[in-house]
Amino acid sequence: MLKILKYSFKDIFRSKWLLIYFGFFFVSTWFLLYFTNDPSKGLVSLLNIILMLIPLMAIVFSTIYFYNAREFTELLLAQPIRRHTIFTGQYLGLSLSMATSFFLGSGIPFLFFGVQNSDSSGSLINMLLMGVLLSFVFSALAFAISIYNENRIKGFGLAILVWLVMAIVYDGIFIYLMVRFSDYPLEKLAIALSLLNPIDLARINILLQLDISALMGYTGAIFNKFFGTAMGMAISVIAMLFWTIIPLFFYLRKAGRKDF
Amino acid sequence: MVEIRNLFKKFGSVEVLKGLNLDLRAGQVNVIMGPNASGKTTLIKSILGLVIPDKGEIKVLGEKIEKKWMYRSRIGYMPQIAHYPENLTPLELIRMISDIRKGDPDTQAIIEWLGLEAFLDKKLRYLSGGTRQKVNATLALMYDCPILIFDEPTVGLDPVARLKLKDRIREERDKGKTIILTTHVMSEIEELADQIIFLMDGIIYLEETPEKIKESQGEASLERAIARILESQKTSIDA
Repeated sequence: MLKILKYSFKDIFRSKWLLIYFGFFFVSTWFLLYFTNDPSKGLVSLLNIILMLIPLMAIVFSTIYFYNAREFTELLLAQPIRRHTIFTGQYLGLSLSMATSFFLGSGIPFLFFGVQNSDSSGSLINMLLMGVLLSFVFSALAFAISIYNENRIKGFGLAILVWLVMAIVYDGIFIYLMVRFSDYPLEKLAIALSLLNPIDLARINILLQLDISALMGYTGAIFNKFFGTAMGMAISVIAMLFWTIIPLFFYLRKAGRKDF
Repeated sequence: MVEIRNLFKKFGSVEVLKGLNLDLRAGQVNVIMGPNASGKTTLIKSILGLVIPDKGEIKVLGEKIEKKWMYRSRIGYMPQIAHYPENLTPLELIRMISDIRKGDPDTQAIIEWLGLEAFLDKKLRYLSGGTRQKVNATLALMYDCPILIFDEPTVGLDPVARLKLKDRIREERDKGKTIILTTHVMSEIEELADQIIFLMDGIIYLEETPEKIKESQGEASLERAIARILESQKTSIDA
């Protein structure tokens, strides 16, 4: 698998879009820090970029990559190598490249602005890890959607729809449910709904760590109340790991029996 | 040697292979031909394990291939013109395949023979279709495999490369390898085929040597003989 990973890396790292992705995070983080001049404020400003953009980019790039790699996958499938090795290698190649460019793109400016000498270094590492996890989650979702949909337009549409629901529509549904059923105890429902959305999980995790109750919102507050800060953060990370493993499981299961 | 018994494959509601029985023998060029959508590619991909049959059995060199993968180290496969990772160079692609397959590949001789030296460091995206085909040929021939599969190998190649490849296919056959070839180019079939396997509607419509096909149809050229077979098939369907 390391061989597949190595060559996927080589291919992806040479393409311009990964460089642009890195550059985008580098420049926007730099500007945020330059204008706020305070790593802890910079972190909060970066939050929304991470929560919206990483899932979108991970899902778009992964879908495009999967469909474009089709003929290459066929070449690999004709070699003496296990199917699962090829498909795991391709997933890791892409998700690790995306996670690395985000990690370095956003992390390096913080070092220049002296995050290592402030109390925000823990928060920064946590936020970067959440970005990395989001890359893994949405890459896995995109690969799973793509392998189940032979038609790339349908696959791409579905992938974007998943992002749209989790990043935008979800909040609307959530608020509607909270208002509509405000006469009932809704804590457990709220927790369940949060677990169903990896973007919300990442948001809760970061805000619990930053300890900004004003930004936590309803679910964040409930998480805090129910689990406390440390436990709440741990649960959100575990739930996000499941959000990576479950799509990957379906992706690899399909890869084992698919005709190419 | 590849043995295929009672092979069935459906894609959705379309039955592509309907109980295929076939022996592809060593030491001969087995040409698989047939109209479009007759199941040629599905057959080749089933042998390679890219397509998983619904029913039936395939044995490669005496070994059942179901759920196996090591057997592919004994197959060299040259696919149709394909687009590989565009940012890799032919050299990297060749290295990757030899990384995966290990062993002792004979790449240098093939690269020189195809005149690929000047293109080895160029990114694949800048290479012409013909040059990419040469890279494909290198990948298929760099190992001394007892089974060689060529899917429309000469499409896009210049006349010199085409001749070279045809000569090479004959040489490999004379070494006793099992050659499996699909092509639509009649002259190539006439030049190379020892055995013609004519697929139609997912079954083997005809399996004969080119001489016997010509003889049976009373035609001097293979092209006319095949056309005649297709015509008679059409009339029998219409009737």
